[in-house]
Amino acid sequence: MSALRRTPLYQLHQKLGARSVPFAGFEMPVQYTSILEEHAAVRRAAGLFDVSHMGQIHLSGPGAVASGEWLVSCPVASLRPGRVRYGLLCNEAGGVVDDVTVYRLAADALFLCVNASNVEKDYRWIVRHAREGARVEDRSERCGLLALQGPASAAVLARVSAFPGPAMKRFAFAEGPVAGAHALVSRTGYTGSDGFEIYLEAGCLEPVWNALLDAGRPLGLLPCGLGARDTLRLEAALPLYGHELDDTTSPLEAGLDRFVKAGGFLGAEAIARRQAAGRARALAGFVLDERGVARAGYAIRHGGRDVGTVTSGAPSPTLGKSIGLGYVPPALAAPGTRVEIAIRERAVAASIVTTPFVKS
Amino acid sequence: MAEYEIPNELRYTLEDEWVRVEGERVTVGVTDFAQQQLGDIVFVELPEVGSAVERGEPFGVIESVKAVSDLYAPVSGEVVEVNADLADHPEHVNGDCYGDGWMIAIALTDLSEPDGLLDAARYRKHVEERSQE
Repeated sequence: MSALRRTPLYQLHQKLGARSVPFAGFEMPVQYTSILEEHAAVRRAAGLFDVSHMGQIHLSGPGAVASGEWLVSCPVASLRPGRVRYGLLCNEAGGVVDDVTVYRLAADALFLCVNASNVEKDYRWIVRHAREGARVEDRSERCGLLALQGPASAAVLARVSAFPGPAMKRFAFAEGPVAGAHALVSRTGYTGSDGFEIYLEAGCLEPVWNALLDAGRPLGLLPCGLGARDTLRLEAALPLYGHELDDTTSPLEAGLDRFVKAGGFLGAEAIARRQAAGRARALAGFVLDERGVARAGYAIRHGGRDVGTVTSGAPSPTLGKSIGLGYVPPALAAPGTRVEIAIRERAVAASIVTTPFVKS
Repeated sequence: MAEYEIPNELRYTLEDEWVRVEGERVTVGVTDFAQQQLGDIVFVELPEVGSAVERGEPFGVIESVKAVSDLYAPVSGEVVEVNADLADHPEHVNGDCYGDGWMIAIALTDLSEPDGLLDAARYRKHVEERSQE
């Protein structure tokens, strides 16, 4: 067993009272005080997350954009410098290698922000399938990442930096100083609330983290762990790799149609073939009508038999009831459909609902 | 290191339950250490009054935002009362684990059984051993 890695902020997290857990090979804070409090802080004001475990893979050179266009399910060639798109890396069978965000840095340069658990797999995949003339570089080790999320994020950021300003559009990014450190800031996130992701040299994480915490506390900002990150993303029905997505899942089954272009990318033919054959299953959101918590792996039942599996489930702090995502036959994915979740020996009533569960 | 409340007058189990002995009746809950480790409690599943519980066997389930844990019976006997308030207020386990957060009361089968449980000093040692990492 290899030792767990730590982000440069590990000692700071411990001082803040974090409880740390192993996640994707890293020892990461799951919570500082309370997942529910941290979740509420993001929905009401702001939260600050250290997500430096995530990976960044850069492509540069004359073949960089063509490689991106070939490797990622969303349009990349049409992505203007300073803009971000969400997409999937797909395999030849139409499964999902990873879900990523693509940052267009320049005419001949871009980078992918990838899941921590997939950095090595993605890097090998990209190197193997990149087009001629593309230099592929894994910069995950030296790149830190903070997520500043919640409606007060722009106000917090404005307190430590004149850059980038509240005028920045969703899915745009720019480079400039944040609390004295050079940063790349995008108006993106994984919580369903407004917010920013701030990429920094790993060595600059600590002063920027401290500056954002100090500036944000009076506005209601809390440091937040991966526990709240998970309940927030689930309320927003954002998929988590390893739960809603894996090497065998079709992005269309996962309901990610709008991030899949018509063709011309690795995996496109298989995805089209699977689509033509009819979707075998569909990702659906459900709300429990009774008490309890649906967890990943529990069976979804309908008409007395198992029809699917829960991929993620948690109490929704915003809604005050339990929510979840799971795969069911497409005919049972319509909102209003009544299903049951097998929680231990009980069958708990649930209803399929439209997602996201919480709109912001 | 975090501070954990461990009242002297209670008995404890290695599974982080506390027991208050009042004659042949004992009240059971989870300790301050347990609730801090679990984090926000969102659901508690308890047995029905009249059911039998057996020492060391699961009698219920406690769920935090992230995890599901079994509750183990510290003694054998019959469940004579359950804390029905926890259905609507599972957060009492976090806020007042030795008071409003109590879980069940058991009529003892063997009145001497609680003597085999840990006292506060030994339980404190058990907690400290696990919080030194």
